[in-house]
Amino acid sequence: MENNAKETVLSIRDLSITFKTGAGPVNAIRGVNIDLSRGTTLAVVGESGSGKSVTFKAAMGILASNSVVNSGSIVYNYRHNDGTPATVDILKMKTRDIRRHINGKRIAMIFQDPMTSLDPTMPIGKQIMEGMVWHYKTPKQQAWDKAVRLLTEVGIEEPEKRMRQYPHQLSGGMRQRVVIAIALACDPDVLICDEPTTALDVTIQAKILELIKRIQAERGISVIYITHDLGVVAKVADFVNVMYAGRIVEAGTIDEIFYDPRHPYTWGLLSAMPDLDTEDDRLYTIPGSPPNLLHPVPGDAFAPRNAYALNIDERLDPPMFQISETHYAASWLLDERAPKVEMPPELKARIERMKKEGI
Amino acid sequence: MEERKPLLEVKGLKQYFKGSHQFTVKAVDGVDFVIYPGETYGLVGESGSGKSTIGRSVIRLYKPTAGQILFNGMDISGDLNAQQNRQLRTQMQMIFQDPMACLNPRKKVGEIIAQGLDIHHLYSSRAERQEKVAAILKKVGLAPEHADRYPHQFSGGQRQRVGIARALIMDPKLIIADECISALDVSIQAQVVNLMKDLQEETGTAYLFIAHDLSMVKYISDRIGVLHLGHLVETGTTEEIFNNPVHPYTQSLLSAIPQPDPRTERGRVAKSYDYRTAGVDYLAGKQQHLGGTHYVLATDEELARWTART
Repeated sequence: MENNAKETVLSIRDLSITFKTGAGPVNAIRGVNIDLSRGTTLAVVGESGSGKSVTFKAAMGILASNSVVNSGSIVYNYRHNDGTPATVDILKMKTRDIRRHINGKRIAMIFQDPMTSLDPTMPIGKQIMEGMVWHYKTPKQQAWDKAVRLLTEVGIEEPEKRMRQYPHQLSGGMRQRVVIAIALACDPDVLICDEPTTALDVTIQAKILELIKRIQAERGISVIYITHDLGVVAKVADFVNVMYAGRIVEAGTIDEIFYDPRHPYTWGLLSAMPDLDTEDDRLYTIPGSPPNLLHPVPGDAFAPRNAYALNIDERLDPPMFQISETHYAASWLLDERAPKVEMPPELKARIERMKKEGI
Repeated sequence: MEERKPLLEVKGLKQYFKGSHQFTVKAVDGVDFVIYPGETYGLVGESGSGKSTIGRSVIRLYKPTAGQILFNGMDISGDLNAQQNRQLRTQMQMIFQDPMACLNPRKKVGEIIAQGLDIHHLYSSRAERQEKVAAILKKVGLAPEHADRYPHQFSGGQRQRVGIARALIMDPKLIIADECISALDVSIQAQVVNLMKDLQEETGTAYLFIAHDLSMVKYISDRIGVLHLGHLVETGTTEEIFNNPVHPYTQSLLSAIPQPDPRTERGRVAKSYDYRTAGVDYLAGKQQHLGGTHYVLATDEELARWTART
């Protein structure tokens, strides 16, 4: 996390996306800004429907056909094979060019359910080789050898035998390993993991996360995690963006988000995590449910669920307040005119305890 | 303390599935546990450990290969007559994992919830039926007017509430909750777990709570059984399991839970446990008593090794 060579790989600016549905337009993404630096791990946290997946589907050019990008840019910086730097705005590219130059080759994505992202009619070896042959015209034998190496790298035993097997012959954890091997086949420099472990058991989850972490360290790639599980975030991330109702409400380094959270929504998310060390027998919950974005949201979208909401929250959407060089939060509580509000005492006690344990 | 009479007793339950004539899957291989009225028993284990199979055997979706299941003192593992069946089906209910797949998309929520009442003729007039549905919807945190909506009009958490309402309306003594929160977001999971706890306090229902996530099980269970490869490897109260896990598989499960604490989490590597290389023989082991209600499946030699290490 040193400051040297802090090169931005992916920079999303002011992104706004609307879905045209039968019931009317749904403004799913309402002005999102995200930066990803080379070699770091960024986690995007939020509840279902907060727009975290949609944002990165836009970056892959795989949005649903009823979506409209209203504004914004997704600028991607990369190097050509000969090392010359290049910059493109993915939103302005033709779909054909995105498929040719970006998808799989430079930005790869891992989806939630490994069964639906693998082709059930194709042996897994062929699926791993497919991208290499298509993007780089790799000779078949070479691609085969590389696929075997990749399978070994992701921790699959007897790779030669597995190459000829079909997805249904593998367990859930194995399938996700195969998906990771496919994603790595073309040596991408950005890996987007969309809830990579939600469909898996806790023990397998820990192994998959450790695998992705190891691969990132070895290859120096940038990883984006999309998840709703803060435990996963704590394990893997360097930077965290908390998303709510199509906006980023808090962004910062992992220590800032976990030890010094400022937005009431982040407080709620952290408090809702089950804690193995406390004896209290009730879990904290954020009351209510996320707003329906079919209707325009006046003011702060989180205000109706927010015990700390101020009057202004109902009228005006808060801007991003800067707390430190890397830490931002969109909450009127941070305005100098706002009353001093502390985080809930239970959360405070927990953070104090975590700080002590961590040292 | 007076002797409590168990609500559900599972004794030596075995559930085998024949794959072909040479190959049999031993999904559950000799499991014993009891559930007392009004308590929650958490059953945890990875996929393939047989935890769902146990739930399904208990609710009589499978016919056990061997062993006994006693509900309220009555043996329910064999064939039952019509009257026993009727009685059992009101007293035992199930909540399923996927709230979308377990609700009929073509029926209104009110119809789905009242179906049990219809089958067992548990109301005397339409008004009473409607009243019961409205009351149960309110109990699970939905509004009575939700009865006229279809499942697709609800969010995941709300659908799971409908599933709970459907189980609860029969006023059962035991609810089997099979991974009922694992398809939900963390914050919604907390809401559903709290709801289930509140309902238990109110109605005194016992839960068999099946999950793979130990952190949520901790909040809801009084006692926990850890299942691996069809064997109950460790069982005890929640405190016994969490404070003093003895079996290496329990330890690996506990270490795999991600904590919302980056400083400890970053350096920590989950303990791995592999049955083949751990040198543990489940078939040779017997249930060893460790004090209280804490039992672990081990041979004498294994037990000595595990307790010496801690």
